Amino acid sequence: MGVLTTIEHFGAFIIETTERWGRSWIFLFRSMVALIRPPYRPYLYFSQILQIGVNSTLVIALIGLFTGAVLAVQGEYTLSKFGANAYTGPAVALSLIRELGPVLTALMVIGRAGSAVTAELGIMRITEQIDALRSMAVDPIKYLMAPRLFAGVIAMPLLCGIFNVVGIFGGYVVAVGLLGLSAGTFMSQIESAVALVDIYSGFIKATVFGLIFGWVSCYKGYTCGFGAQGVNKATTQSVVTASVAVLIVDYFLTSVLTRVFMK
Amino acid sequence: MISVRNIYKRFGSQVVLEGVTLDIEPGKTTAVVGPSGVGKSVLLKLIMGIMTPDRGEVYIGGENMTAARTERARNDIRRSLGVLFQSAALFDSLTIYDNIAFSLRERVGLSATKAHSKVLDMAASLSLTPYLQNFPEQVSIGIRKRVGMARALITEPKVLLVDEPNTGLDPLDGQEVYDLINACKNQWGFTGLVISHELPEVFQVSDRVAMILKGAIIAEGTPAELTASQDPAVQQFLNGRTDGPIKIQ
Repeated sequence: MGVLTTIEHFGAFIIETTERWGRSWIFLFRSMVALIRPPYRPYLYFSQILQIGVNSTLVIALIGLFTGAVLAVQGEYTLSKFGANAYTGPAVALSLIRELGPVLTALMVIGRAGSAVTAELGIMRITEQIDALRSMAVDPIKYLMAPRLFAGVIAMPLLCGIFNVVGIFGGYVVAVGLLGLSAGTFMSQIESAVALVDIYSGFIKATVFGLIFGWVSCYKGYTCGFGAQGVNKATTQSVVTASVAVLIVDYFLTSVLTRVFMK
Repeated sequence: MISVRNIYKRFGSQVVLEGVTLDIEPGKTTAVVGPSGVGKSVLLKLIMGIMTPDRGEVYIGGENMTAARTERARNDIRRSLGVLFQSAALFDSLTIYDNIAFSLRERVGLSATKAHSKVLDMAASLSLTPYLQNFPEQVSIGIRKRVGMARALITEPKVLLVDEPNTGLDPLDGQEVYDLINACKNQWGFTGLVISHELPEVFQVSDRVAMILKGAIIAEGTPAELTASQDPAVQQFLNGRTDGPIKIQ
């Protein structure tokens, strides 16, 4: 009896997990189809780019500035042990462009805007606003989800670009202004070490992370449970799931992109 | 106009509706009454096509909502519906003006200019003109209900579905909502379904009343017929007694 119950519970868990995955993929598919089907509502897309992208600019720039600064300090300290502190510039730039820029931008946007998107959609769900949309023959996937997904995919690489530029500036200020490196060396080493493929791969990552951000935050809000506790749970799950997904996908993307572009 | 045929719905092991059948003639209003938690709101969501029944069919104006496989097909049927939700379900990021104009812009596809005069007319007829630039949280629940009614009626639907019109309202505001439903019925002549647990107040907007209990309709008729019913559950519910076949959960 006990064994049977355990097997039953395990079976139920597998079915439930598979269903949940299936539903979330169908949700993503429907959101992407909704992007290309009329009617198009450009004002909704611009409004979401404003909320998710433009309104995140300041915090992204601030984090970028200090990340670049700390990379310069750490890079100069490590490289000076090998007499290679002239390469502090490339160390800062490549770390930012290839890895830290896309990942930290994604984590910051997920924390700032992802939680807000999930909470907003969750509240719309529990206050019947999403039901109201459907009752008015307006598809909530098209009206609410598609613009947020689109905004994530568009805004994330742009924010990542800002993060990288400000980060390199932060590294420059610390390395040249405080640690006494030559400005010419710092910039010329970056110029010779950073290739276009490094920038491509960073932007590809940021675009994929934008998709993950939009997908997870919208899906968690749309399928939110009942009451304030449901919104609370959905928001927490949204931030945790999207952040973990970004870090896992980052590993696989880095492996693939390195093999593809470095050959 | 609305035909619910032998509907079954369960959530996990909990049976909510068990063989519910209900017909509403064009231009008439039926109230579905019953204690809390018996599946009245689920029935409404099944009629709106927001939930799918396990068995049975829902027809609106002769079109089978249950057989509509895609959201697009369901939306075609929903175009004949207007819904007043229990909490009004107004979009809190939009002003009252934009809430009323929403269906015209997003569903009908009217330009802002063409929608404008219709919104002003509707706002005037429901005494909402002073509140048009407010947001929903800045006005009372009574006004929100009126806005919900305006939003539901602005596209001149053939069917109006109303979920618990009096929830959260004081007796005066509650009476005002009933008066509003009657006035709108006379003006626009829609077919109505009102979900409520408030008796006998809901009788004033109903041509017929159906009482639902344990997932099934146990009594149906005109308000007078329901009042005269000898069914002990109906009498217990009408008189608000705690002793009787209906057990308080």
